[in-house]
Amino acid sequence: MAKVSFNDDLCKGCGLCVNACPKKILQLDNSRLNNKGYHPVSCTDMSACIGCAFCATTCPDVVITVER
Amino acid sequence: MAVVFEATKGLTGKPFHYCPGCTHGIIHRLIGEVMCELGILEETVSVASVGCSYNSYEYFACDAVQAAHGRAPAVATGIKRNIKDKFVFTYQGDGDLASIGAAEITHAAARGEKITAFFVNNAVYGMTSGQMAPTTLLGQVTTTSPFGRDASYQGYPINVSELLSNLTGSAYIERVCLTDYKNIQAAKKAIKQAFLAQQANLGFTMVEFLSTCPTNWGKEPLEAMDWLKEKMLPQYPLGVYKGADIDFKKLEADFKAARGGENA
Repeated sequence: MAKVSFNDDLCKGCGLCVNACPKKILQLDNSRLNNKGYHPVSCTDMSACIGCAFCATTCPDVVITVER
Repeated sequence: MAVVFEATKGLTGKPFHYCPGCTHGIIHRLIGEVMCELGILEETVSVASVGCSYNSYEYFACDAVQAAHGRAPAVATGIKRNIKDKFVFTYQGDGDLASIGAAEITHAAARGEKITAFFVNNAVYGMTSGQMAPTTLLGQVTTTSPFGRDASYQGYPINVSELLSNLTGSAYIERVCLTDYKNIQAAKKAIKQAFLAQQANLGFTMVEFLSTCPTNWGKEPLEAMDWLKEKMLPQYPLGVYKGADIDFKKLEADFKAARGGENA
């Protein structure tokens, strides 16, 4: 059981975390815009998250918090 | 559930002004994490440079001084010589360190100043909109080398780590990159080792980070990572260029033992 949470307004939609996720459950949410005007990242299937923190480690903007 | 990853207290929490996908943010975070892990946040002075990282003093939660273009190692020298028990590091890009500041960094290393330089090499001038830097690769297109860098006209790239590792005064020099989880962890280890070597007064220490500049390379962040792996790694091989024989485990154990003694 693991959980990732996103500080949406810091996200710049670079997609590095999307590529880093081994479970491929992250994607840029094209239906939303954040304060900066980017499509922020979101998790499509939280139950599949293994809490490896690969996404948070590659994030250049400290958007992601991981719990496990 | 326990939190396994959260924003480090080594950073102020101010949103970075860097472009999407820029690895400056990763390097900032790693330095912040290492300062917290070693417990040296309150006794570290950073020296900010000129370039994209001009604002780094806004982001690190330690004390900071802003230096003139390229002169960060000279300012750091002054600070370190006057307050010897503090940790002093400079944070410089390739335009700042390898071009206008080439003399300062070379002589700081030659004098064996007990400072650490964090050198971010992205093979281009970022803030001034993508001009050719001393570290630009042969054939690389920039705004001032629109047909690709030509050795007969613009010369060859400078390999700073190799250059400085030849100086007797340098103690620990390593080149790392930030393309994936494994390399990011290796980069973090290198930062920690640089601080430990500085603490042990071994001499000048530097970590060179191969970094991406998606905006000025004209690439998506992921494409830029691939370009770095494909083009930059052959010119700038990763590895420890100086200080491979230092026993960092012992240094860390000694450091922790000394700290434990202080607290007791």
